[in-house]
Amino acid sequence: MRLILALALTHIRGRGRQTLVAIIGVALGVGFSIAMAALMQGGEDDFVARLVDTMPHVDITDEYRTARRQPAQDAFAAVRIAGLRPKDDRRGILNPTEATAMLRAWVPGRQALSLKTQGVVRYAGRDVGIAIIGIEPQAEMKVSSLAKDFRQGSFTSLIAGGNNIVVGDRLAQRLGAELGTTVTVVSSTGQSRAFKIVGLFHTGTTARDEGEGYVLLKNAQILSERPNAINEIRLKLDDPSAAPQVARRAEAQLGYKAVAWQEANESLLEALVIRNIIMYTVVGAILLVAGFGIFNIISTITHEKARDIAILKSLGFTETDMRRLFLLEGLALGAGGSLIGWAVGFCLCFAMSLVRFELSGASVAQEITRLPLAWSIWHYLIAAGFALVSAGVAGYLPARQAARLHPVDIIRGAT
Amino acid sequence: MSALIETIGLTRVLPAAVPVTLVQDITLTIGEGEFVAITGPSGSGKSSLLYLLGLLDRPTAGSLAISGKDTAGLSERERAEIRLATLGFVFQFHFLLPEFTVRENVEIPMRRLGRLGTAAMRARSTELLGALGLADHLDKRPDQLSGGQRQRVAVARSLANDPPLILADEPTGSLDSRNSEQVFAILDALVRERGKTVIAVTHDTEMAAKASRRVHLVDGRQAEA
Repeated sequence: MRLILALALTHIRGRGRQTLVAIIGVALGVGFSIAMAALMQGGEDDFVARLVDTMPHVDITDEYRTARRQPAQDAFAAVRIAGLRPKDDRRGILNPTEATAMLRAWVPGRQALSLKTQGVVRYAGRDVGIAIIGIEPQAEMKVSSLAKDFRQGSFTSLIAGGNNIVVGDRLAQRLGAELGTTVTVVSSTGQSRAFKIVGLFHTGTTARDEGEGYVLLKNAQILSERPNAINEIRLKLDDPSAAPQVARRAEAQLGYKAVAWQEANESLLEALVIRNIIMYTVVGAILLVAGFGIFNIISTITHEKARDIAILKSLGFTETDMRRLFLLEGLALGAGGSLIGWAVGFCLCFAMSLVRFELSGASVAQEITRLPLAWSIWHYLIAAGFALVSAGVAGYLPARQAARLHPVDIIRGAT
Repeated sequence: MSALIETIGLTRVLPAAVPVTLVQDITLTIGEGEFVAITGPSGSGKSSLLYLLGLLDRPTAGSLAISGKDTAGLSERERAEIRLATLGFVFQFHFLLPEFTVRENVEIPMRRLGRLGTAAMRARSTELLGALGLADHLDKRPDQLSGGQRQRVAVARSLANDPPLILADEPTGSLDSRNSEQVFAILDALVRERGKTVIAVTHDTEMAAKASRRVHLVDGRQAEA
């Protein structure tokens, strides 16, 4: 076997320039695919991290997955009931104290209650519709990613006396208000109250920076005329990937709709899968092209070395030996290319990690200041593995041809 | 003298629209220590017969036994094993591997057989090449040697695994008369001194005359010389 390897390496060395081209082809394929995988994976990780970070892991709201049974359906054993006027449900999560106590007993993580309602902020003759979210500042800080997005003030500023509100900086900008300004909040029930802006946050998501206002839960209940009501329980779990199980259990326990972040973003996550498929297809195509380079050089070698093949066979080498010889040549090229490709990929990733840029404003909702890169040994292994497989195939086809060569035909033709 | 090669009705027909008969109905028995010259005009099937005897080609009819073992049912692998250990080839052209040194060329069959260790292979290649007057050229490449020297390297290579049978296809065909004589003398010495069997295809009447036995072919058939 070492003899075959020695022969293979001699053949490859004998074709210096072509060998170099084939190896560079593989190396570039491997290198670019590693860089691309790092970038795509990094983008995905970054995206998911933002998603997991900004959203509650499980969101329990005062909705039901199916329409509630009406009393008439229980009272009459009828096949169909027509013209029924549904009973008015009390909106909100009933008995919030009991619900939160039940959840606290087993959920591994933190929870925050809130009451979300719609309203209008009015200041200096401008009206802006926003979502008014009543919160408990202490609990909210542990659950919401907003806590670290404050430009001025914080959730705890809400507690200090009077009617306070925290809004996004873009909303303040639109209204022409600033920290300390007193604005009027009008709720959908017609309640109107003056609130002082005690905090400004900036998340980078325009929809939130422009359309959310946080007040104390009590104030939200007053504005919406629903004392003691809440309509959302948000859970932040220690392990975000456990969200679907937790959501299922919470829903079974409370009866309310509990949505895990994976469910809420199903279509986005599906898009990521498709993105990965596209990436691996492109990477595969690159390596396939590199494989053709190997196929080319080994085909050339087998043609050029037909005489050597005949000699070796006449000396007592078998067809298997010949197949191995050229397969090894392909694999050697693939392996050489992979090694250099690893270095190329590493350098590309390093170069990309140095890129810094400032993107902000309306063109991108989120702010990105550098390329998100993920480092994984698997990118290197998969790229090299694919390169070796395509090199093996590229070597095997000419190898089979070479093994079949009939020594007599060549010896006769050698005159 | 035991029979090293025994053929009965050996025939090779090239399958084609009009089949071409290369070798027909050759029945031969060649014993150990013989120097057999296969002679005949061009296209008489001399080389084809040699390739059949050397297991490089398969007969379409007839049987061939080497060292008393019938070769008809052997797999390609088993035939390769026989070529490796029992047969040595010398062709008209030296057919050395150009990228390897003289010594490496001689050692390749030994390495393939794998019977000897590295040191033993080195010793044997030195001895073989030394005996053929190539002691000064061990680490040269074939293209740095003269035609006669190359052909002697080829002879050394054929002897690498100490096979009892040497098959030579016009071994002197591309050499001048001085080198031809030298190569012939070497082959002759192998028969006389080492008890090898040499079967050589040749055009060279002088060489044929010195052989211990002649097989003359005309149109693929054995004929009286």
